Amino acid sequence: MAKNFSIKHQTGFTAIAATCFIVLYLPIIVLVAYAFNAANSTSEWGGFSMRWFQSAWQNVQVIDATLRSFQIGAVAAMLSTIFATMAALATTRTASYPGLTFKYAAINQPLMVPEIVTGVALLIFFSRIKIFTGYSGLGYLIAAHTAFCIPFAYLPIRARLENMDLTLERAAADLYATPWKTFRRITLPLLWPGILAGLMLAFVISLDDVVITEFVKSGGQDTLPTYMLGQIRRGITPEINAISTAFLLLSVAIVTLFFFVSRKRD
Amino acid sequence: MATAEEVAKAAERRDVRDRWLLSAPALLVIFLAATGPLLIVLIYSFLTPGPYGDVKWQFSPDAWLSVFMERDIFDDTLSLAAAHVTIFWRSIKLAVVTTIATLALGFPTAYFMATRSEKTRDLWLFLITIPFWTNLLIRTFAVLQIIRNEGIINTILLKLGIVSAPVQILYTDTAILIGMAYVYLPLMVLPIYASMEKLDFRLVEAGYDLYATRFKVLRKIIFPLVKPGVIAGSILVFIPALGAYVTPSVLGGGKNMMLSNLIELQFGQGRNWPLGSALSITVMIIVMVALLAYVRNAGKSGVRHG
Repeated sequence: MAKNFSIKHQTGFTAIAATCFIVLYLPIIVLVAYAFNAANSTSEWGGFSMRWFQSAWQNVQVIDATLRSFQIGAVAAMLSTIFATMAALATTRTASYPGLTFKYAAINQPLMVPEIVTGVALLIFFSRIKIFTGYSGLGYLIAAHTAFCIPFAYLPIRARLENMDLTLERAAADLYATPWKTFRRITLPLLWPGILAGLMLAFVISLDDVVITEFVKSGGQDTLPTYMLGQIRRGITPEINAISTAFLLLSVAIVTLFFFVSRKRD
Repeated sequence: MATAEEVAKAAERRDVRDRWLLSAPALLVIFLAATGPLLIVLIYSFLTPGPYGDVKWQFSPDAWLSVFMERDIFDDTLSLAAAHVTIFWRSIKLAVVTTIATLALGFPTAYFMATRSEKTRDLWLFLITIPFWTNLLIRTFAVLQIIRNEGIINTILLKLGIVSAPVQILYTDTAILIGMAYVYLPLMVLPIYASMEKLDFRLVEAGYDLYATRFKVLRKIIFPLVKPGVIAGSILVFIPALGAYVTPSVLGGGKNMMLSNLIELQFGQGRNWPLGSALSITVMIIVMVALLAYVRNAGKSGVRHG
């Protein structure tokens, strides 16, 4: 047998992996490159220019949709993280009790149903409520986003909680700390990285949603992704590339942050 | 005086009650804005379509009949609805092929990542995570720019003189397939990697000591051990691929519809909400069957490995 026989080697696997990584990044790189194209169309290269970023920045619809995306994302991420934290505290570090399995299933339910089905269901349900109450604000979108963000926020928080034993909390209780004080001073600080990770995850998920938003939104309630979908269907200009590039940058920033927050082990 | 046992029981009851109160907001929001409305869809699928969309509150099985059948307008006979069958077939076919393609590419990739040194492993994981959390629409749009007639693939093929006219990839089933495989690849890699990371390579070594070939080690040792990850990845790819909306809308053009586009049509120009509802429930049933198969399979392999 060869001297340097590697037990980990599998013929062709490295080549396939390399292809995968290249294929994953190539389209994104091309997309970003064309955002800096001076030409009017994405078919030709007309030299380096920032004009499409300027054009996007001056486009009222883009700014409007971006602000709406942030607004919905911030509120939905906050609410879903608070609810998910409470639910995680209620479903971890305990012996099984009646309803525990039901809770797991209920919390993860939004992940099990294709988005299109949830979108249609909410369209029907909210259109009834709209007629009934006359309210047609952002509340519907926020409610929908909060619901589908909960399972994502729940994941890292629950994972973190499961790695925390109850010793410190018991010690605090032995020293006559009230349950609230124990939570404030012991549980919350230890759980904080999980909560932050959950918050960021929820924000990204909300920011990325196209399908459910597309079905739930009323007229003039475009978020950035639904606005972009509309534009792409009409025909593409490098302005979409510019918007995508800015969006990508933001996502990468959040993911990088998330990666470091959730990787930090103590 | 209460006995110690009674006190303990009361405390336990209080604990369970508190835990229900704590989880109530999450459960309530999910019930109101995700689970509950699904029941309304089920009801709507048995009603009569209203003239301008919405429904009339009148029972009718027509929507369910027209999921796969169509009524002849002249003699009222039922026949198979060819258009719907085509779309169902295309959706299932594309979802299955996407799953197989991502598995074929994702398995070696996950293996490659898991066999790196511990330090660089995090970097590879990060590289897979980035596309995973990048907006799906943006990634689909990126694919569109690559495969369209003026895109990079066609430009290179033309320059090299391999083809004389651009190859029409965009707005075909192939385009949808490429797009879905591209956007869902990380969903396949991540769970396989998660099981691969825990793989004990001493078992692989033992296999080689017993004169197994590389392929045999792969098939008889590695694959069975990471099977839960493979199944999880396949489910994670199959479900969104079956209900994919963005990718077929952007890359399939108007003609190559998938199930989600057909459903959307019923709530838009089609103005047939009951049919749209019945189609949605059908998609959900297919997904549930896939999930049940997964749960049963996962349960079985769990028993086998102890």
